[in-house]
Amino acid sequence: MTGIHGDELEGQLVCFYVAKKIRENPGKLLGTVDIYPATNPLGIDSVTRGIPGFDLDMNRIFPGEPDGTLTEYVATRIIQDLVGSDLCLDIHASNIYLTEVPQIRINELFRERLVPIAQEANVDFIWVHGANTVLESTLAHSLNSLDVPALVVEMGVGMRLTPAYARQLTDGIFHLMNRLHIWKDDVENPVKKPVFSQDPDEVCYLNAPVSGIFLKKRCHGEIVRKGDEIGSILNPYTGEVLQCVAAPESGWLFTIREYPVVEEGSLLARILIRKADEL
Amino acid sequence: MKKELLYTIPSLYRDDFRIHGYRFGQGRKALCIVGSMRGNEYQQLYTCSRLVSILKGLEADGSLSSEDEILVIPALNPGSMNIEKRFWPKDNTDINRMFPGYRLGETTQRVAAGIFNQISVYENGIQFPSFYMPGNFSSHVRIMKTGYENVEKARAFGLPYIVLKVPKPYDTTTLNYNWQIWETDAFSLYGTVTDSIDEASAQELIQSVLRFLKAYGLLKREIPAGMDSIVFTDRDLITLRPKTSGIFRCLASAGARVQKGQLLAQILDACEGEIIEEIRSSDSGILFFTHNRPLVYANTAVFKLLSSSLAAAPI
Repeated sequence: MTGIHGDELEGQLVCFYVAKKIRENPGKLLGTVDIYPATNPLGIDSVTRGIPGFDLDMNRIFPGEPDGTLTEYVATRIIQDLVGSDLCLDIHASNIYLTEVPQIRINELFRERLVPIAQEANVDFIWVHGANTVLESTLAHSLNSLDVPALVVEMGVGMRLTPAYARQLTDGIFHLMNRLHIWKDDVENPVKKPVFSQDPDEVCYLNAPVSGIFLKKRCHGEIVRKGDEIGSILNPYTGEVLQCVAAPESGWLFTIREYPVVEEGSLLARILIRKADEL
Repeated sequence: MKKELLYTIPSLYRDDFRIHGYRFGQGRKALCIVGSMRGNEYQQLYTCSRLVSILKGLEADGSLSSEDEILVIPALNPGSMNIEKRFWPKDNTDINRMFPGYRLGETTQRVAAGIFNQISVYENGIQFPSFYMPGNFSSHVRIMKTGYENVEKARAFGLPYIVLKVPKPYDTTTLNYNWQIWETDAFSLYGTVTDSIDEASAQELIQSVLRFLKAYGLLKREIPAGMDSIVFTDRDLITLRPKTSGIFRCLASAGARVQKGQLLAQILDACEGEIIEEIRSSDSGILFFTHNRPLVYANTAVFKLLSSSLAAAPI
């Protein structure tokens, strides 16, 4: 599954690679693989994140309602189509503002079942986050509640493709398919051992203290030390540096702001806090 | 009346973002009224701005209680309204999906927190919101069914209907829901339209607010009595939807009484102009909601019908 947000395109390349490999190796396919490149087709077709015309976030209307609005009705039919799957991956690309390392996010309610699967998906990071009532409206939560293991992948950035990430996740998907006996490949490549976090206090959020232009100095995936400059917020009218943004803690910079225009509160970065000897 | 700056965000490229409030009286925090929260809620802004004008006059002639405070916030999102955009200018987030907010979070979380911190102390809260589907409503009071809802108090508005909304997960971040959780009696007042101005509907809602003020001792002047509200849940409404897409020719208005089998709308082939579908009422009752766009997709909820068995009105 991908394209639930019409501006997140990283999953398009994953779908392409998966479909291509299956086309080229039909004899290795032992089960059914459904590919949904455009869960929100009007959104992708019109460079719109939400559902055009309604401006609704499609990932806040699941599981939908058979007697609800058009959008809720569509959500219900999608769920009906997916129930019974052995596994579902819902591939996102953060948004147009942030770049992320390839990661899987798991609601703590489904941790026991999903973490062992996620560890085989060849991602860099597994982030178990707290339960949140609003997130009960997501596709993944609805599927997990209906006993379909559903993993949420976040990687790259909105409106762009990162081929290396797409290849990495594609390898992970075929690895998982092999384990689930959907795919038969005698040669099984090893997968990455992901960084794991389930303690909310381990993740540090950096928000813009002022409005301006954010110039990043560090890239996602880098190790940073407490006090390192992550970037700066500039005033293009006056040539002043309005604020230097420093890492408040040492750790792993797994999210960084990509879109330069910021206002007070805009998310600039996330750091997974680690002690010096763990880095 | 005192005009106060309630919240501001400095901006680099345009004037600073400012939310203003109009405070009447002082003492018991009796009532807060919030107008438009999205950039296309012109009717909500208009209704609230007229209310400010009327309250000014009432205060000047001594008709408002001097021991109670009323705070009115006509526009919670003026930055979006100025550029005719429904949601937040930079990231398209919806302030009404951010409550109770987070003062260290992202921008709209901060806006929600900054405002909620000031308005969650009021005994009563009134909001003029809009529905997420394009359409016209019969005027009503809508309350989240949280277990804390105060239906009897809602009758004081004297509007024809009180709708109890069974909250979905995404409703838990709305102002109405969070007001209730923080022990404010919260009421959402819906008029007919959103992105245009309907004078009669604005007057109806203003009268209903004045009735509420009178009922709770905030207003010393007599106000004509309202209606005996019919109470139902949103799940009681019958949804009518077309099987086809096309031009939507609506033949009935929100609030109209209709008979079972009555023709309510036609769907026309968008290029050839022929009628390809007729939508008829599946029951007798009152049209509570009507789609109001020229085009329609198949399966869109174009009408919401309140059955005459619930409407308790002679048809």
